[in-house]
Amino acid sequence: MKYKSVFDIIGPIMIGPSSSHTAGAARIGRVARSLFGREPKWAVISFYGSFAQTYKGHATDVAIVGGLLDFDTFDERIKNAVVIAEERGMNIQFVKENNVPDHPNTAKIRIGDDEGEMELVGISIGGGKIEIIELNGFELKLTGHHPAILVVHDDRSGAIATVSNELAKHNINIGQMQVSRKGIGEMALMTIEVDQTISEDILAEIRRLPHITQVARVAD
Amino acid sequence: MFKNAAELVKLAEDSQRKIADIMIEQEMSVTGRSYEEIMEMMGKNLEVMEKAVERGLKGVHSLSGLTGGDAVLLQEYIQKGNTLSGPLLLDAVSKAVATNEVNAAMGTICATPTAGSAGVVPGTLFAVQEKLKPSREDKIRFLFTAGAFGYIVANNASISGAAGGCQAEVGSASGMAAAAITEMAGGTPAQCAEAMAITLKNMLGLVCDPVAGLVEVPCVKRNAMGAANAMVAADMALAGVTSRIPCDEVIDAMYKIGQTMPSALRETAGGGLAATPTGRKLEERIYGTPLQPHE
Repeated sequence: MKYKSVFDIIGPIMIGPSSSHTAGAARIGRVARSLFGREPKWAVISFYGSFAQTYKGHATDVAIVGGLLDFDTFDERIKNAVVIAEERGMNIQFVKENNVPDHPNTAKIRIGDDEGEMELVGISIGGGKIEIIELNGFELKLTGHHPAILVVHDDRSGAIATVSNELAKHNINIGQMQVSRKGIGEMALMTIEVDQTISEDILAEIRRLPHITQVARVAD
Repeated sequence: MFKNAAELVKLAEDSQRKIADIMIEQEMSVTGRSYEEIMEMMGKNLEVMEKAVERGLKGVHSLSGLTGGDAVLLQEYIQKGNTLSGPLLLDAVSKAVATNEVNAAMGTICATPTAGSAGVVPGTLFAVQEKLKPSREDKIRFLFTAGAFGYIVANNASISGAAGGCQAEVGSASGMAAAAITEMAGGTPAQCAEAMAITLKNMLGLVCDPVAGLVEVPCVKRNAMGAANAMVAADMALAGVTSRIPCDEVIDAMYKIGQTMPSALRETAGGGLAATPTGRKLEERIYGTPLQPHE
């Protein structure tokens, strides 16, 4: 079941006009922001499919930037997100792609600053619900049927064990887990699907563990 | 756990409870949240819906200028006391329009199940409350009943216009509203499913063809008709009329129709009303340039 909660149906509370093209877009932007861990200096946002055709009318562009500024779907500031971003010195570029995506509402976000950059692909599946399908070239094989988190970490022994221990401590059962890395000792990624919803507090605890760079919820 | 309408109805009938109870119970078990917490969360959604209708009835206009002010016109017309289809039905219509006019103006709304279809459920709820006099708790339970049927459609078909056309958005919203009205008016769980089936049957094939890609034309008026459709279907179900095709099969038919719908008719502004001469002219006026070359 892709939709687990009644609040996926009645909700979210949001700024109009579109749950998939505005609220979903803001959420994709916000996941990118939370994985990056800080406000990016620049962003290149590419739209595919229905997003590419109608992003202006749905304020998809404005909403994604709102997400990058860490605004939630109901934050009134979303309306002025592009202006706010420019005031804060963020350089933003929008690209309309012609390639036909697997899902009609697909966006690719590349963000960065002097210290690094990140690329993420997200899809908006309806009613404001989103899935992240790619991060830094890693394809994420999420079933979409369970809550999921992404953990970016350094490839060191014990890193995976500390994260799974932390989840076990809170009685959170791992249903599926995928680990991948760029190379030995380099940037690595854990994609973890669990049976229970993971609270912000637990995410914060995982973030504090050794060798962990970023943690973000990608499905709930 | 229920996966489809048949299971939902059976769960409710076997335990002699309402659809709303089954949805609340499932939400508690899936999220681990308490009854109070869940009711409080839905209460917040209800408040956002109330405020959106209130705001829309005062009159709002979108930036594009395509929509706004129709909710006010309808209320003024109802006040004159000479309506053909009756004040209750038109009240639902005007309140659905009010919500979607606020949405188009980038106001705050609650997606139900989506933003583009956010008017139907609150529109009907705030109209029937004049007649059925529900408590605040009853109104919250109305949203759980609607949510239960939306949950079934979302998991077995789609609630996305880009994936399944408007039938998946306003069609789903309308079916959800019909079921919830039926339950609030004292209908049985089986009658709720009949109301959903009757409504959705009459929304099958509805395409998503927004002019200039904006959630305005024809979305606002489709919410109006979605609300009217839901009210009539609820009355039909309460009268004992049943759908020859069971609810789950109607949902499945909607899903399959969505899959075969051409991309031009799934929220790309590539066909339908968006591609009419006037649709394209409006698009050009709004953006200064057409989204796509004229056909």
